[in-house]
Amino acid sequence: MNLKELVPQKLQEKFPKLSFEFVDYRGDLSVKLEKEHIVEVCRFLKEEPELEFRLCVDVTAIDWAKRKNRFTVVYHMFSLKHNFRLRLKADVDESECSIDSVTSVWKTADWHERETYDMFGITFNNHPDLRRMYMPEEFEYYPLRKDFPLMGIPGSLPLPKKD
Amino acid sequence: MPKLTKDEVHPKIIEALLGTDSDISVDDALENEMVLNMGPQHPATHGVLRVLLRLDGETVVASIPELGYLHRGYEKMAENMSYYEFIPHTDRLDYLSPMANNVAWVLAVEKLAGIEAPPRAQYIRMMIAELARIASHLVAIGSLAMDVGALTVFLWTLREREKILDIWDILCGARFTNSYTRIGGVANDAQPEALAKAKWFIDQFDENLDECERLINTNRIFIERLEGAGVISGNDAIEMGMTGPSLRGSGVAYDLRRNSPYLCYNDMDFNVVTYSEGDSLARYFVRADEARESAKIVRQVLDKMPQGEVLLNQPKKVLPHKTEIYTKMEELIYDFMIVNFGINPPEGDIYHAIEGSKGELGFYLVSKGEGHPWRCKIRSPSMVNLQSLPHLIKGRMVSDVVAIIGSIDPIMGEADK
Amino acid sequence: MGLEAKLKEEGFITSTIDAVIAWSRESSVWPMPMGISCCAIEMMASGDPKYDIARFGSEVMRFTPRQCDLMIVAGTVTYKMAHVVKKIYDQMPDPKWVIAMGACTSSGGMYRSYNVVQGIDQFLPVDIYLAGCPPRPDNLLNALIQIQDKIGRTKARDFQDKKLPELTVVPNN
Repeated sequence: MNLKELVPQKLQEKFPKLSFEFVDYRGDLSVKLEKEHIVEVCRFLKEEPELEFRLCVDVTAIDWAKRKNRFTVVYHMFSLKHNFRLRLKADVDESECSIDSVTSVWKTADWHERETYDMFGITFNNHPDLRRMYMPEEFEYYPLRKDFPLMGIPGSLPLPKKD
Repeated sequence: MPKLTKDEVHPKIIEALLGTDSDISVDDALENEMVLNMGPQHPATHGVLRVLLRLDGETVVASIPELGYLHRGYEKMAENMSYYEFIPHTDRLDYLSPMANNVAWVLAVEKLAGIEAPPRAQYIRMMIAELARIASHLVAIGSLAMDVGALTVFLWTLREREKILDIWDILCGARFTNSYTRIGGVANDAQPEALAKAKWFIDQFDENLDECERLINTNRIFIERLEGAGVISGNDAIEMGMTGPSLRGSGVAYDLRRNSPYLCYNDMDFNVVTYSEGDSLARYFVRADEARESAKIVRQVLDKMPQGEVLLNQPKKVLPHKTEIYTKMEELIYDFMIVNFGINPPEGDIYHAIEGSKGELGFYLVSKGEGHPWRCKIRSPSMVNLQSLPHLIKGRMVSDVVAIIGSIDPIMGEADK
Repeated sequence: MGLEAKLKEEGFITSTIDAVIAWSRESSVWPMPMGISCCAIEMMASGDPKYDIARFGSEVMRFTPRQCDLMIVAGTVTYKMAHVVKKIYDQMPDPKWVIAMGACTSSGGMYRSYNVVQGIDQFLPVDIYLAGCPPRPDNLLNALIQIQDKIGRTKARDFQDKKLPELTVVPNN
């Protein structure tokens, strides 16, 4: 498809110093990059007149449960002009568990990043309002990490008393 | 008996609520403003949604929706069960159109595994997805009308919905939360009785919907309550990530059945309904017209339905039919392997989305070659649509909040996952 | 049936006060629909023209707990929501009954996860457990009839010496 060649070409033109990894699996194109440059790449993808990825579909994370680069933050975006979907991935290490927030590029990333913070514990720098999304604020753990058991930790969530 | 205290609101939420966009700066925050809690248990919040409103008299200055009262841990559970076992769980996501969620999940897994269902199964899936959309829109219209005050419309649309539930009852045995689709097709063939009933339903659906609409479409109270309430422009809606009827009510013709087609929607003839005003009335009209378009699609599906089998014959990935498992050796072995170890798709990740009744319902699946997904992310349209709620109700009165929430039509089972 | 015939004959009925009170309580049970998720839709469906719940006297589904005597908990109760359900239950005046509708409220249902309470009887006294996921509206009507039978067998003095709960109200701010 046209955009499948256009996107890598444009990205490499505009950011010649960055290293990208392009994977085409079952019709989906995904781009892997370093986490420091995520905001500029996203802004370029959104504002470039030939690409126009104006709809940010999803921001989420994967926990690989290995020592180095434990998390990968995944961004999905859609271009209404070309009907093309793109995926961006950035690795985040556990020791420095933070990445820049893309709320300055798309406003919809706000709640998605809050949910990722709630479930994984990855902090987003420059996020306007980083609170937990689903779990109560007093909850101390991050549920979707692989070391959190499915049944939860007894006593972590209080229950009202029966009388 | 524990003592009655004022409602425990976490200080971070109060800080976020009082910190947003205040052009009125107050030392004592509650001096001329009031914080009203539109609690999780409320007749008009469409489920367990909590909205904290900061009011100046009756006008809403700022608001914070709080989710999480129905967070059941879907994504964590998906990591612990095989792809087949998760099908009943997907029913309970958008529980007003359960068949559509089934179709979405099964399509995502099929994309990951690299298989495709036979044509008759695809047509049946299209029919049930469109019937699910009609059912969901009927309840949305009914409850919007009920929230605004017209109670009769709710009962009439529920009566129509009961007919759809009867069709599903004959088709697969359960009237609600069906789990009818399977990886590689559907569970059993559509009986001629079910198809005949679907045809009868579609034939009388248009007049009945007209009857329901005639009560409210030209009603002065209904129009004045909804017109101009919760206006959002097309660009803002895309910026906030809205999809579905809420986006099409603002003039953007984004429909996944046309933009990235799945199943056999390319062969179907239907229009993508858009209205350009962007207020609650436009969103209501989009839903009503979309129900009619879906009826058109079902009529075409019923006319064009091909003959054939409904389950793909690929034993390593698709559970064979029960009759064969009991009589043949190979099928028994495959059944054992699939149920115990899973279908084991190759390593990789995909994202697949369908046009659900609330918007773009997508599944992002990461597989490491095992029988259960390594990560399953559910992109729920209701949660993203709710994100625009503070933007929509700013500056409106408290009574408009109810109408606006009704026009966005969130479903908390989906928003909270 | 026999009531009008008796009235015509003798002009008066003899009964116990308990029976009359129990009869009036059971014939107009006003449910408080604590509709949380999918079971709430089946509860709404039990109010629609096909499975009319109004003929059992329960059409008045007021969403305020102060006017209801039966709480139908329909939907999965999470830990966050459990406090809200308990608060609403406390606000209902005596005598009150609880139906745990569906598998999720009876025992956690198909959700064995970190955020779902495995059965609401951990913090609420339940009178009837309904099985089903979700139970059909016919099932809910059956449960309602059983609750009506249970109420019909109560006596007024069961609720006479009930201790009023201790309330200490903390002033706002």
